[in-house]
Amino acid sequence: MGFSRFVIKRSINMVIVLFATLVLTIALLGPTMDKILKESILYYAVEELNNKDIKFPTAAERQRYIDEQVARQIKTIGLDEPWYGPKRFANTVLKVMILDLGKSNYITSDAGSPKVSDIILEKMPKTILLFTTSTIIVTVIGLYLGAFVGNKAGSLWDRLNSTFAVFSSSFPTWWVGMLMIFAFAFTYHIFPSRATPLTPPSDPSYIFDLLYHMLLPLITIVLVAFGAWAYTVRYFVVGVLGEDYIAAKRTAGIPERRIVYSHALKNAAPPIVTVVALSLAGSLSGAITIEAVFDWPGMGSLYYDAIGFLDIPIIIGITYVLTVIFILTVFVTDIIYAYFDPRVKVG
Amino acid sequence: MSVTEVLSRSDIIRQFKHSKSGLAGVFLLLALVLMSVYAAVAVPFESLRQWNNPVFWVDLPQSAAPAWTNFGFGPKNTEHVVLRMEDASVSVSTEGGVRTVTHSYSLNYNYDTYPDDFMLIYAARYGSTQPALQVDVLRPDGNEFRIYFASLPPSQQGDNEFSARVFSTDRAVSTELRKYLGSFSYTPDHTRPQVMMFSDAVENRVLKGNYVIKETFYLFDPADSVVNSGFILGGKVYGIIGTDDLRRDLSVGILWGAPVALFIGLTVAIAGVIIGLIYGVIAGYKGNRTDEGLMRINDIFYSLPTLPLLIILSVTIGRNIFLITGFLVIFGWVGMAKISRSLALQIKNLQYVEAAKLMGQSDFKIISKHIIPQLLPLTFASIAISVPSAILGEATLSFLGLSDPSIPTWGQILHDANTAGAASRGLWWWIVPPGLMIALTGLAFVLIGNALDVIVNPRSRKR
Repeated sequence: MGFSRFVIKRSINMVIVLFATLVLTIALLGPTMDKILKESILYYAVEELNNKDIKFPTAAERQRYIDEQVARQIKTIGLDEPWYGPKRFANTVLKVMILDLGKSNYITSDAGSPKVSDIILEKMPKTILLFTTSTIIVTVIGLYLGAFVGNKAGSLWDRLNSTFAVFSSSFPTWWVGMLMIFAFAFTYHIFPSRATPLTPPSDPSYIFDLLYHMLLPLITIVLVAFGAWAYTVRYFVVGVLGEDYIAAKRTAGIPERRIVYSHALKNAAPPIVTVVALSLAGSLSGAITIEAVFDWPGMGSLYYDAIGFLDIPIIIGITYVLTVIFILTVFVTDIIYAYFDPRVKVG
Repeated sequence: MSVTEVLSRSDIIRQFKHSKSGLAGVFLLLALVLMSVYAAVAVPFESLRQWNNPVFWVDLPQSAAPAWTNFGFGPKNTEHVVLRMEDASVSVSTEGGVRTVTHSYSLNYNYDTYPDDFMLIYAARYGSTQPALQVDVLRPDGNEFRIYFASLPPSQQGDNEFSARVFSTDRAVSTELRKYLGSFSYTPDHTRPQVMMFSDAVENRVLKGNYVIKETFYLFDPADSVVNSGFILGGKVYGIIGTDDLRRDLSVGILWGAPVALFIGLTVAIAGVIIGLIYGVIAGYKGNRTDEGLMRINDIFYSLPTLPLLIILSVTIGRNIFLITGFLVIFGWVGMAKISRSLALQIKNLQYVEAAKLMGQSDFKIISKHIIPQLLPLTFASIAISVPSAILGEATLSFLGLSDPSIPTWGQILHDANTAGAASRGLWWWIVPPGLMIALTGLAFVLIGNALDVIVNPRSRKR
């Protein structure tokens, strides 16, 4: 199987996954969405009637008038067809696919726009800022620590690192976040407990305030993640250090430091790149809980709020965006990995 | 990598006994199982069912720290005490047709601070003649204060049961206490009965020692009876783990969380691994089109964003604990399917499998008799390894507020803590225990799983 066939196969897979997630999401949320829409139509019809000051002789007549209004409204926006009706379903899927995510039910963006795409776009940079920064830091620490302990496999440092990795990966990151707030916001007043900056975004000092507020969540993510990371790197480095060409380099008199940190790390790179990319994509799901704990104003907090309010358009929108990011990352990683390591394409 | 080397069960156990971390995991797991058994046997089942009913917990203090925090340096805070009728010593005497029923509560007050408040519980059944209630407090210095004396309200029907509470904030109590201002060498504040009752007569400080609180009922009809009595001292510390904002005893939630977490973790892991095992073996053994098709489906599941879909499933379908377990199984089989497929690919080319095929054995028989038994040790390791992610998955859902509202889970306790801002208010006893339990449960299975994996997985044995 050639490389291009591999790429095509993966692309088809990606589209199928995207489509499947979308159909599943809409199928699951469809009934609830319809119910909420109909309720809001009824609410507005009653509200309008109360404002209009029309008198009805009997309550039954009043009810009939409301029912008529509601029925007309439902017909105009096409709600008379159920959500699984082919026309509406295809319509919804198409709309989401081209990122026309519609309007939210309750939540608005900071600028006041009810459009889901506006809201998500406003929050996305903050999520990306927090999670790319933390991934970069974790990766750098993990690479060097992993190479360091990998070179001394079986030493005290190696065992310490393995133990730490096992422990830290059992801790829920959001729980560690709560402990950090208790330690550094309540006991020692070093960081604020809520990560939403108080300065308005227009203020020039906003960016510094934002970075200061970002520190505690950042430290939390790094603290929980770097141990397991170093452990992964160590696994690959130990494998590479056992290869013959490393032994050859040793006999050639290349300094040990250069062998470990340059040659061994470089050769262990392809699988490491894969894990980095996948963990980045995976950490975006973790954003939901971490952002909820720290109240970091990103997509995760938005998702958390949307669940609370049952704001379905936003839930569908973020699920889709997260899926797109996740799947694109998996896709690109697969391609890069296959490019570096031809064995993958066959298996 | 080869799977030809078959390990017997005794081999695995013998090697496992040499793994210190594995044994540590087993001990942790045993502790958790004991906790679950203790919860089922000793903690009333009612406390589990009433977990989210605030009325059930009114007698406990709000956000009280654990009682053992008193053992450090610094002043000892008043411990919250709930004395029920079973704790009372009852004495009955009859004099001239009047029955006097006295319920005495003994209280050892050894704290450096005054209580926040106190309340007296009482209930009586009576006919047309109203009984009277008198409350006396016998202090360690010998003084006896009568803090309450009143008749119960007239019965509405012929026979009624009346139950009520006397609070330390009742005006009647402070009025009664005013009579004893003379027993003090200074002027105590009689409008704060909880302070005056526990104050030294000479110096303005806490009077430590044994107090006796006597609830005396005067009953005028032989048919009348005392139904209930009790004394609650409002303190700052309570129990082993303390209480939360809704006055719930956190130790109950933590204890009940253990069987719930073990149930979810083990069910999801076992179901997921078995489904993955069968799925992968079929794909690997059948090969060709079947393999291609099955693995494509596996790929799709592998690329689905788990948490958002779990959230949507529980938002729309339901939050019943069995449903949530089911949702977790949907995403829990994918990894095992990949591993078992690649191993089945190797096993099917071994000579004895080919021999079985030539002898005309059915595919079902070959898979169940020759391939799956080979993979069983690995299956056990995989189950142990996948328990933590199931527990963490459920905890995360609960933390997001999507848990079964009818039972306490550790994630749910943390959700409540986060909503109440427990971390920034310093209520550490509300945060540390549930998270620690999640981490330790995960750790137990990780340790067991890793130890087993090193023994049975050919890939990690090579290391």
